[in-house]
Amino acid sequence: MPFHPESLVRELDEIAQRLRLDALEMIHRRKAGHPGGSLSASEIITALIFHQLRIDPERPEWEERDRFILSKGHACSLLYAALARRGFFPREDLKSWGHLGSRLQGHPDRLKTPGIDMTTGMEGHGVAVGAGLCLAARLKGLNYHVYVLVGDGECQCGVLWEGALIASKYRLSELTVIVDYNHVQMSGPVHEVLPLDPLIEKWKAFNFATIEINGNDMRQVLDALDLAVEIRNKPTAIIAHTTKGEGVSFMENTHEWHGRPPDDEEFRRAAEELRRRIKRYEEGYVH
Amino acid sequence: MRKVMSIRKAYGQTLADYGAENPDIVVVVADVTSSTQTGFFEKRFPERFFNVGIMEQALIDVSAGLALGGMIPFANTFAVLYLRAAEQVRTCIAYANVNVKMVGAYCGLSNFKDGPTHHVECDTALMRSMPNITVIEPADAVEVSKFIPKIAEHKGPIYLRLTRAEVPVLFDEDYEPEIGRGIILRDGSDVALIASGVMVSRCMDAADELKNLGIDAYVVDMSTIKPLDKKLVWRLSEETGAIVTAEDHSIIGGLGGAVAEALGEEKPAVLERIGIRDTFTETSLSYEELLDHYGMSINDIVEAAKRAVKRRG
Repeated sequence: MPFHPESLVRELDEIAQRLRLDALEMIHRRKAGHPGGSLSASEIITALIFHQLRIDPERPEWEERDRFILSKGHACSLLYAALARRGFFPREDLKSWGHLGSRLQGHPDRLKTPGIDMTTGMEGHGVAVGAGLCLAARLKGLNYHVYVLVGDGECQCGVLWEGALIASKYRLSELTVIVDYNHVQMSGPVHEVLPLDPLIEKWKAFNFATIEINGNDMRQVLDALDLAVEIRNKPTAIIAHTTKGEGVSFMENTHEWHGRPPDDEEFRRAAEELRRRIKRYEEGYVH
Repeated sequence: MRKVMSIRKAYGQTLADYGAENPDIVVVVADVTSSTQTGFFEKRFPERFFNVGIMEQALIDVSAGLALGGMIPFANTFAVLYLRAAEQVRTCIAYANVNVKMVGAYCGLSNFKDGPTHHVECDTALMRSMPNITVIEPADAVEVSKFIPKIAEHKGPIYLRLTRAEVPVLFDEDYEPEIGRGIILRDGSDVALIASGVMVSRCMDAADELKNLGIDAYVVDMSTIKPLDKKLVWRLSEETGAIVTAEDHSIIGGLGGAVAEALGEEKPAVLERIGIRDTFTETSLSYEELLDHYGMSINDIVEAAKRAVKRRG
């Protein structure tokens, strides 16, 4: 496993904090969106878009690129912000999110947005679609890797496990599923709505290699992604424990902020907390 | 008597033959290899054949992934089971506009012996109402064989509705169907019978009987139900003013519905619809008996045509 230098970890972690603010600004401006599950996934999406994925903003349709499916499509504000900073489209476009005629839809649309590999929004599809992409890669003689980010609530969908069975049958080591395990879904805590534990054992039972990490720790995310690529002969599930609403104290660990935008005062307080995080990097106080 | 041939066998054999020409063709089945006769393809191209078991939702999603990766998947399950995967079809195939060919086997009442759970009267209605999806129901073994390369080479999602039945051969080998075009099998002047699938040959027989009654009936094979060949419908409306549709599907939302919409939009005519009349059906020992029982007999078509001519005045 390659060693990730401290400077890289810090650089990516700083981006992750900036993306949180970008996403929250977008949600506030549009008065719609999903703060909780966007904030929880920031380190994971940052690590993928800015480091792990072999992608080229100049060639979003490049055949050999790694694929990323945001199966939990409701976290798209953060992905849009990441793709913009990565150069897939102008950051100015983020302001148009959700406006009639915008290339940025309420949930990801592969036909409208450069850098979006698959249309998502209805939960559950990413694993099976990702499996299909892996099978195609084998037939086409391409060696791209497919990453699928799923929510924990999404792990309640039957079709997700159907996809896992297919990935297992064909031993799709090119597939890495990352579970953003923030333990909170739209209507309440996951363990109350429909318990998933033991979630890791479930993925193991579906013949996935499993890696358990703190998904809000950039170094752990980077290490896990590298390890997943090295695993042969079976797909990998990274169970990434995260905090719903990570980075904004009053949004953390509550379903209230799954799908509601902050009002002006709430946004001011949230932005202040996130700016404080970013400032620590700017002033060099972190690590 | 016309020669009778199996539509699904023609489908399976042609797909295997065409697979030799086009290396991008892959076949995905949800445990229906023998029902869809895709074993021919599996035998020749095992590396391009994926049996995913009884999971219709992931059948659609994994096929979408294969298409995103540049393959041309033919997804196979029973027509009724596309209802189970309806949201997958809408989000991952239709809305994402992914190049998957969805094959619905055992459509209508053609799986007579397994009963109403295995019959389907609303698959065309479902598929037809989704943007981007083309709906095709061939009338005989020649037509399905001729359609396979055209379906594969058409860019975009297609729903191919196939009967389990063996049906009379209507076309000769020179016939070249076109997606989006109805074909006139028999010229007429008094009434037009517009049909799809197994009902096309029943309409041919009905037209013979109508001739004996002094009624000249057009017979049209409307193999593409969406996009509907509206120009042809309007032409027939102008010429005859009396239309009969016939399909092994509900009279709501399928071919009859599509023709009614087209007529109402531009050139109204008297319309009679032959099909399943908004009812669930029963098990039977024969497909023919079921079609007859539920109002799709040759005599039902004849009577509908007579009514249409009379109503037109």
